[in-house]
Amino acid sequence: MSMNPGGSEGRLLTVLERSWRPVALLIACFAVWWAITSTRLVPPYLVPSPGTTLGVMTEKSSYLWQHTWVTTYETVLGFVIAVVIGVLAAVVMVYSTTVEKTLYPVLLFAQVIPKIAIAPLFVVWLGFGLTPKVVVAVLIAFFPVVISMVTGLKSVDPEMLQLAATMGASPLKTFAKIRFPASLPHLFSGLKVAVTLAVTGAVVGEFVGANEGLGFVILQANGNLDTPMLFAGLLVMSLIGVVLFVLVEIAEQLMLPWHASRRGEAATTTL
Amino acid sequence: MKGNLEAERTPGAATAVAAVELDAVAVRFRAKKKEVTALRDVSLSVAPGEFVSIVGPSGCGKSTLLKLVSGLLRPSAGGVRLFGEAVGGTRHDIGYVFQRAALLEWRSARRNILLQAEMRGMPAAEAGRRADELIEMTGLTGFEDALPHELSGGMQQRVALCRALLHRPPVLLMDEPFGALDALTREQMNVELHRIWRETGTTVLLVTHSIAESVYLANRVLVMTARPGTVAEIIDVDLPGSRDYAETMSQPPFAEATGRIRDLLGAATATD
Repeated sequence: MSMNPGGSEGRLLTVLERSWRPVALLIACFAVWWAITSTRLVPPYLVPSPGTTLGVMTEKSSYLWQHTWVTTYETVLGFVIAVVIGVLAAVVMVYSTTVEKTLYPVLLFAQVIPKIAIAPLFVVWLGFGLTPKVVVAVLIAFFPVVISMVTGLKSVDPEMLQLAATMGASPLKTFAKIRFPASLPHLFSGLKVAVTLAVTGAVVGEFVGANEGLGFVILQANGNLDTPMLFAGLLVMSLIGVVLFVLVEIAEQLMLPWHASRRGEAATTTL
Repeated sequence: MKGNLEAERTPGAATAVAAVELDAVAVRFRAKKKEVTALRDVSLSVAPGEFVSIVGPSGCGKSTLLKLVSGLLRPSAGGVRLFGEAVGGTRHDIGYVFQRAALLEWRSARRNILLQAEMRGMPAAEAGRRADELIEMTGLTGFEDALPHELSGGMQQRVALCRALLHRPPVLLMDEPFGALDALTREQMNVELHRIWRETGTTVLLVTHSIAESVYLANRVLVMTARPGTVAEIIDVDLPGSRDYAETMSQPPFAEATGRIRDLLGAATATD
C-alpha cells in the first residue's frame, strides 16, 4: 500500500488514517449499547436498543428534522451574535484599560450565574418564541469568545508593535495587519468551545418554555416515557454540536494554514 | 560621493550635522518603589554614514540607548537629536532590527518586507522594486514566497534586515541582530552587513555582545560600564573602510581594539 500524498487517493488515505480510531470507538460504544439491550440487562423502556432508536429516527424523520432545524437555527444565531459582541468587547477592553477594569468584573459575574437559573426569567421577559433561546445561547457562548480574543490580542509580540510604531503606522493599520491576524489562533480555540456551548444554551432555553426544538422534543418524549424518541433527540443534538465544531475547525484550517498547530497536524498525518 | 562618505566616516572630521547625537542623557525608571538608573550621562555623536558598535555587560542599557534614538523611549534627562532635530516622539526615519526577527508568521518573506511599505503607504510599484533589490542584495532570492517557519534563523534575520532597509532609512538601529545565530551564520551575516553598509551608506548603531563583531563592523566602538550604564570609552577602530573578514581579523589594529575592549569590560564587571 503505497502512499500518494499529492493525489486524491493519498488524501482519502490520510482521512481514513485519521478517522478510523474515533470511528472504531464509536462502533464499540454502539456495540456495548446493543449488547446491554439485547441481553435484557436493562428493560427496553429504560434503555431502548440502537435498532429501536434508529427506527424512530427514520420513522419520525420529518418531525425530528423540523425540530432539529429550529435548534440549529437558535444555536447558530446565538453563536454568531456571541462572536460579534465578544470580539468587539475584547477589542475595546484591550485598547482601554478603564473599560477593561469596568467590564471584566461584570463579565465574570454574568459568567458565574448559572444560565439554567436565569433562563426562566428570559421566558417571563421575552416570551416563548425564538428570542429567549438565542439570548441564553449568546450568554453561554459569549465568555469563551471574549477571553480567547483578549488573550489573543494581548499576546502580540511587543517588538512587533514597536516596529509598527517606527513605521509610522496608524492604530487602525496596526490592528488590521498585525494585532487582529495574530489573535486569530487564540480566537479559534475560543470559538470551538463557544460553538458547542451554544448548543447547550439553545436547548436550555427550550427546556424552560418552548413548543418547538429538540429541547421540546426531549421534554415531550420524557413526559410520554417515550425513551426511543428521547434517545433519538439526544443523538441528533450531539450531532449538531459535532457538525458545528467540525465547521469551525474547517474554517480555522482555511484561515490559518500558517499556524503552528496546523503545521503540527500536517506533519503527523503525512507520517 | 564615496570619497565624501569616507571623509565623514572618519571620526573627528564630522563638522557637519551629526546623524545621531546624545547629549548627557540619563534614563531612570521606578521598579518596586525603588528608582533605578539605567543610563547615566551618556554622550555620543555619530556622523552620517558612520558605523558605531555598542558593547557592554548585560543589562547596562545598550538596548535602552537604541530606544532613545528611535524615540520609543524618552530620556529622563539630556537631549537626543537626529540630524540636528530633537527627538520628540517615535521617529519614522529609522530602520530597526531586533534580536528576534519579529516576522509575521502568516506572511511570506517578501510580504513581510513589504509590511514596511504598507504601513507607510509607500507606492506599491516602487516598494516592490525596492524589495526585489534588497532580496537580491541579501541573498534571499528563491525564498521570497517562503513563510517564516520555513526559513532558517539567518534567513529570517535577512528578511528583518530587508524590512528595516526598505524605506532607505538614514539611520539603522540593530539590537543584537545576530545574537541568536550559530557562529558560522553569524560570520556570514557580519560579512554581508559590512557589504550592505558599504553599499547603502546608512548610519548604523549596532548593539552586540560579540567583541570581534563590534570591531570588525564599526568605525568606532562605544564601550559601556555595568548598570548604571555610562560610557567607559569610545574606541576608534583603525582599520580600512572596506574589510575582508579573515584579513581584518589578522591585522594588528583589530587585535589592539579587541584587547582594549576586553580589558574595559573586564574592569567593568570587576567593579560591579
